[in-house]
Amino acid sequence: MHAAGALARPARDGGGALMEPFIRPIAIGVMIFIVFNALIMASAVLVLAERKIMGFMQQRYGPYLVGPHGMLQPIADILKLIFKEELRPKGADKWLFTLAPVVSVVAAFVAFATVPYGAETTLFGLLDEPIKLGISDVNVGVLVVFAVTSMGVYGIVLAGWSSNSKYSLFGGLRASAQMISYELSYATALAAVILLAGSLSLREIVDSQQGTWFGALPQWFLFLQPIGFIIYVIAGVAETNRAPFDFPEAEQELVAGYNTEYSSVRFALFPQAEYINMVTMSAVATDLYLGGWHFPGVPPEYGWIVFLAKVSMFLFVYIWMRWTVPRYRYDQLMMFGWKYLFPASVLNLIATAALVLYFNA
Amino acid sequence: MPETITFYLFAALAVGASVLVIAQRNPMYSVLLLIASFGALSGLYIQLDAPFVAVAQIIIYAGAIMVLFLFVVMLLNAPKEDGADWDRTHPLRQRGVTRWGTLLVALLIVQLASALMSVREYRNPVGAQSDATSVSSVADLGRSIFTRHTFAFEATSILILVAMVGAVVLARREDAQ
Amino acid sequence: MIPLSHYLILSATLFAIGAAGVFLRKNLITILLSVEIMLNAVNLTFVAFGRYAGDLDGQIITFFVMTVAAAEAAVGLALVIALFRHRESLNPDAFTSLKW
Repeated sequence: MHAAGALARPARDGGGALMEPFIRPIAIGVMIFIVFNALIMASAVLVLAERKIMGFMQQRYGPYLVGPHGMLQPIADILKLIFKEELRPKGADKWLFTLAPVVSVVAAFVAFATVPYGAETTLFGLLDEPIKLGISDVNVGVLVVFAVTSMGVYGIVLAGWSSNSKYSLFGGLRASAQMISYELSYATALAAVILLAGSLSLREIVDSQQGTWFGALPQWFLFLQPIGFIIYVIAGVAETNRAPFDFPEAEQELVAGYNTEYSSVRFALFPQAEYINMVTMSAVATDLYLGGWHFPGVPPEYGWIVFLAKVSMFLFVYIWMRWTVPRYRYDQLMMFGWKYLFPASVLNLIATAALVLYFNA
Repeated sequence: MPETITFYLFAALAVGASVLVIAQRNPMYSVLLLIASFGALSGLYIQLDAPFVAVAQIIIYAGAIMVLFLFVVMLLNAPKEDGADWDRTHPLRQRGVTRWGTLLVALLIVQLASALMSVREYRNPVGAQSDATSVSSVADLGRSIFTRHTFAFEATSILILVAMVGAVVLARREDAQ
Repeated sequence: MIPLSHYLILSATLFAIGAAGVFLRKNLITILLSVEIMLNAVNLTFVAFGRYAGDLDGQIITFFVMTVAAAEAAVGLALVIALFRHRESLNPDAFTSLKW
């Protein structure tokens, strides 16, 4: 729409007349390229960050040999994985075995497509009309994130089934059952935020969190919905199969669960999908509860830096949780999700609805 | 013009995936192809200015119902159809069935389509003023569901409860006692 | 602007394919999948008519159809599981003990 507008508008000055209609689509293309690569690099950096942080928490250095302070370690890891032998078990379903990691990764990337990460910017005056920092802004953005995340379940289920091995099958079934169980609490916590913001578009939810109370406390939904925030974070961690909820892929339990039979590149796609899911969950949590790119005193053009800082904080908390808290056993995990978290989030939704109605009447 | 391209693309995907669903021997592939068909239908809903229905289709159908089907297929280790039965009943593998069955399917399509297209009482198309954002907002949907259709909504919630209890009871393993 | 007839023909085709699946297939799960295809075709018809009549009711009824489809799939699959436990087969021809 904006590109069409730019094409229809006449050129302004004589000098840049030729480039004028193309600047906008190029800017959007560059933005998509940057976001895509940023996600890939984020997963690489997270590999290193996890091992370094884990190391420091365990009173040792993480990897420090490859490059200064071990910063080139992800490259070494990726090269090792690429050069490994591509195995496929004999009875494995030919198509589904390769399709499963692809589904996981594609769902992880697509989920980030509706997440806005910055305010509008004119790229320092280069564009006539500002573009919004975010790949797409649909009016049902929150639901799209939820829908695509629930498609990511298929990657795990297919991986477990197509490997033709009982450990993989159990791991896949358990992981997917866990993910669909925690989707309920996730969605109900989302619904409470939607009630407060009055819109399903993530950008509008973020924009309804600007400003401050009493000039000091930012109007984030975190302060209006503390319980909802905790529920959302727990459900998000369970959705990404991380931290205390990673029973199905724990090495000690099920011989790495659904990705037991995978090797080399197909294997590498699974942790990458997991890290990108982590980034998406953190980004969505930042947008929903922490005010996205708003911070009192920061001009909106530099909001994306604030956004990055908040997402990084979330990612640190993710990694911190993994190496601090012991793992839930599977039946404890399911019981917690159904019997404690879901009723809590439903009560949260009802309370929020009542309060919104009361204060708006 | 891009509308026409996307329509034919999604329509071809939906029809192709559906034909493959009923022509597949392996039920696992059938389920996955049906998910592809649902994705195509979701695209069509977006083109029909129904974004909420499109996303609900993915969440409910492709994300929940198909997962249920997938679980059942995996847990039952659903066997592929028997070879002799397969040759006897496969629509494209058998002359008698191909001749008459396909003819009947085509006849059904023609009849249904002509019955549907004979409806002439609908008012002016909303999107005739092309650029008007006639995208229905979720707020309007919600308002209508919770005021005019409240009874249906509450009845559906009871239906889901009954179905949930029924499914648990029916699938429960009988105790040896 | 795609004419309404295109959508109607498409949904008629999908419905017929689903019906063919119900009649022709000998696997309980595929029969249930074909029923889902039919329900989807009906959803498409409703949304198309709703769009071209300028009414929101088309989308609302889709909401209810999806819910009913979910409930029906759940109960249907529970029945399939129970049946499979009895006869170890998903072929509807194996369940003919009530036939005379």
